[in-house]
Amino acid sequence: MLPARYVVTGRTVETADSVTLRLEPLERPIPRFQPGQFTMLYAHGVGEIAVSVSGDPSVVDSALTQTIRAVGAVSRALHDAEPGTVVGVRGPYGVGWQPSLAWERDVVVVAGGVGLAPLRPVVLAVLAQRWRYRRFIVVVGARTPREFLYSDELKWWSARDDVAVELTVDHAADGWTGQVGFVTQPLSRLPLDPAATTAFVCGPEPMMRFSADILLRRGVPADRIRISLERNMKCGIGQCGHCQLGPLLVCRDGPVVDYARAADLLSVREL
Amino acid sequence: MSMFDQLSASTLLSGLSQTHIAVLSSAAREVTFAAGERLFEEGAPAKGCWLVQRGCVAIDAGIPGRGPVVVQTVGPGEVVGWSWLITPARWHFGAIAVAPTAAIELDTDQLRAFAEHDPTFGYPVAIAMLTMVLDRLQTTRARLLDLYRNPADTPTRR
Repeated sequence: MLPARYVVTGRTVETADSVTLRLEPLERPIPRFQPGQFTMLYAHGVGEIAVSVSGDPSVVDSALTQTIRAVGAVSRALHDAEPGTVVGVRGPYGVGWQPSLAWERDVVVVAGGVGLAPLRPVVLAVLAQRWRYRRFIVVVGARTPREFLYSDELKWWSARDDVAVELTVDHAADGWTGQVGFVTQPLSRLPLDPAATTAFVCGPEPMMRFSADILLRRGVPADRIRISLERNMKCGIGQCGHCQLGPLLVCRDGPVVDYARAADLLSVREL
Repeated sequence: MSMFDQLSASTLLSGLSQTHIAVLSSAAREVTFAAGERLFEEGAPAKGCWLVQRGCVAIDAGIPGRGPVVVQTVGPGEVVGWSWLITPARWHFGAIAVAPTAAIELDTDQLRAFAEHDPTFGYPVAIAMLTMVLDRLQTTRARLLDLYRNPADTPTRR
């Protein structure tokens, strides 16, 4: 439970409200993360929040990459942390995406808004071992063209011929020549081999539900649709009960769960 | 691929029998649009319906001071044009190809005549159109929820 001290060594502004921090340990680093896991990040004197790790899982070093959107007091403090700022880190915690479940299968990644942050390690993991997977489709939705995370990387991914990237925005802006619509639109028409598809979906809960509905309608089995739940995590280790969702403690049993398990829970109004 | 085969492969038309697909084929032709070519203008009489095969079509509206604003794009497997179905049969929005686009164009005068003559043809066609309209409505509703908004940006209450 004792946070390890990390120092901010890099800060990349992603959008008007989101930054990606590079954190390096000042002492013994936390264990290596798995895609989809999160850490508890502590802004000294302000508080602690759960933040998914958005770094490249194939890079072997002790640094952490975490993307933070300024929403409340703690996330604002972390968002504003300049290089040299020391923060506390606990973790990594939770059940991740487990990209190996999609070996020898088609992979569909569906991200909405800042939901791309926890999915970035999945995309990088698949690209790093591209031969292990069949067709690879990445669908990303944003409010406006300026609100895509990792915009440079999205361009690189789009330029590759071994991944189909579909970007869509809710509201077009001058100069945007891409798709305008919700993520379910490209998801409805993309070529899929449903029985051989594993989908990783992250974003606001209604977006995940709508996306899962489309995937189910197309024949993708519910236990092959993996989503990341977000609840108010406090301890991160399944002790405090803050993040309980039905029979699940999201910090311990999630955040990533399959839709066969999550579908009914998503219809429960927030506790 | 023949027109019959292309229409048979459309998920949207999966509720139509082979006989009805054959009828539909007789009112269909392949068309292409260059990037920047307009399919129809907002406010014009609505004729035609396009099943996009390749490329991308933007549905737009002219806003004074802003020019044409894209409200949605339509891609392969999706349909452009349903205003012909309901009177007064005028396009509510415009449509323009934003990339080189190939589509199957349906002659909606013939389609309507077939449907009025034979309700067993008209009903599945109407269901197919309704399915498409419902999908479009649901995606529009999802966008209206503004799900990606930062929760800290609370809308101002008046």
